[in-house]
Amino acid sequence: MNASLSTKFIEVQGVEQTFKTAKGLFPALQGINLTIAKGEFVALIGHSGCGKSTLLNLIAGLTTPTHGALLCANREIKGPGPERAVVFQNHSLLPWLTCFDNIHLAVERVFGSKEGKAQLKARTDAALALVGLTHAGQKRPGEISGGMKQRVGIARALSMEPQVLLMDEPFGALDALTRAKLQDELLDIVARTHSTVVMVTHDVDEAVLLSDKIVMMTNGPAATIGEVLHVELPRPRKRVELAEDPRYVHYRKAVIEFLYTRQAHVEKAA
Amino acid sequence: MVSAVFHAPLDIPQEAPQIIANNDSPISARGQKHLESSQAVGRRAPRDWSALPRAFWLAVLPPLCGLGLLVGLWAVLSSTTGGSIPSPKDTWLQAVEVFSDPFYRNGPNDQGVGWNVLMSLQRVAVGFGLAALVGIPAGFAIGRFAFLSRMFNPLISLLRPVSPLAWLPIGLLVFKGANPAAIWTIFICSIWPMVINTAVGVQRVPQDYLNVARVLNLSEWKVLTKILFPSVLPYMLTGVRLAVGTAWLVIVAAEMLTGGVGIGFWVWDEWNNLNVKNIIIAIFVIGIVGLLLEAALVKLATAFTFEEVKS
Repeated sequence: MNASLSTKFIEVQGVEQTFKTAKGLFPALQGINLTIAKGEFVALIGHSGCGKSTLLNLIAGLTTPTHGALLCANREIKGPGPERAVVFQNHSLLPWLTCFDNIHLAVERVFGSKEGKAQLKARTDAALALVGLTHAGQKRPGEISGGMKQRVGIARALSMEPQVLLMDEPFGALDALTRAKLQDELLDIVARTHSTVVMVTHDVDEAVLLSDKIVMMTNGPAATIGEVLHVELPRPRKRVELAEDPRYVHYRKAVIEFLYTRQAHVEKAA
Repeated sequence: MVSAVFHAPLDIPQEAPQIIANNDSPISARGQKHLESSQAVGRRAPRDWSALPRAFWLAVLPPLCGLGLLVGLWAVLSSTTGGSIPSPKDTWLQAVEVFSDPFYRNGPNDQGVGWNVLMSLQRVAVGFGLAALVGIPAGFAIGRFAFLSRMFNPLISLLRPVSPLAWLPIGLLVFKGANPAAIWTIFICSIWPMVINTAVGVQRVPQDYLNVARVLNLSEWKVLTKILFPSVLPYMLTGVRLAVGTAWLVIVAAEMLTGGVGIGFWVWDEWNNLNVKNIIIAIFVIGIVGLLLEAALVKLATAFTFEEVKS
């Protein structure tokens, strides 16, 4: 076993999450145990409604578990914080701020007490450059495309130099071509920054292409981790070359088999 | 009658520009650049005119018809009541006279219509300003803290339906003066829309934005200035608009009761003088001032509403 993979960075221990709804208690997650190593890219995959986002929100600290504990760097996760940056599904940029100001808000919060104005501005510019949006810095989110907004969201998260990057279906709302482009960019950025990433997705190819570990979740209610698949494809990974790689095809098949044979989604009346 | 006046001049320019444009095109084709640029202005204008009439008619004709209907009904009413309601023409002549010197002063009870309007606007501004000063922060607090919301909701529900004029005697009792009592009435009537709309706006701040604030761990001050205030602003401006509208409705009634100088008092004074023409003029003045206030605030609100907030 790889030395870096043996170190526990994020630990999820026996987590259970129950929501109070109008119809009574709804058990969303049950018996979740998971460890994530530093620098690892983990994908959470499963059918919609299986509690992937619930688990991500727990790691982010946006919600607290009903039972169990979550640790990050051996400290209990008590609430959200800039060391665990979140890229939201719908980008969540503030529409009244320019792209630059949206990122600057995060940079200022994290580094404002230690660094001068020029340095903060340089950090913001660097984050924009990282996602190739230097030219759009002075535009408002309403004036740029969906893909660009999502890139600003990623830049905002990365600008905080987080220990963990949490992404909730970051490319879900984008068209296939833009999604592929951003996946490649993300691979590139993660390779450079050695970030620890937890990403929620429902896209099998995305999961296999990007991650070191695919966490496959069973259907809710009371969803749990069904299987964990270690993807041992060498990096850097190239989309085109991988398409015919037998190992890639094997991993892809394993995930599809889990999702569509063993956890075939039962359509419930809405 | 009104439409007949507008019909004639518009038919002629509709055809004229076509001829000019056709004559011009060979000249510009020869490449006389200086000539072209100097003529471009003259040539473009008539071209736009030829596209204008349809839109122009749709924009101008219906409102003119509406005004025509009003004036027509008024004229009919005037002639059937045997002149106890003055005719549009007489009222117009009187209005020209009134507005020829709107800022005269012949003692405290006889001042120009300009002074009356300005005095009323001043009372509205002071009463409304005080209400904004109290109501907007109160709305923020009520929207942000569930305890305060539950605490004040019954009070607001109880007091909001009360006619602001019912508060006038209390104002007179406490402030012992007509002017502060009128301002107090404006304060009471304009505070509710601002409190309620601001509170609703705060409660409807998208959870996504608040999650951003939590992940970034922003200070309460940054949350207020960068997230709460901008996203509440459109709601707040709606509250302001409703408040100003109500205040302008109420000031007329309040001034009728308190007297002094003001458009409401002016109406009542002219009624006592049986000068119906001036009352009708006052109605138009009140309407136009209200219209301008509303238009200005709508413009302000659209300037501060962002794409994502609208949807």
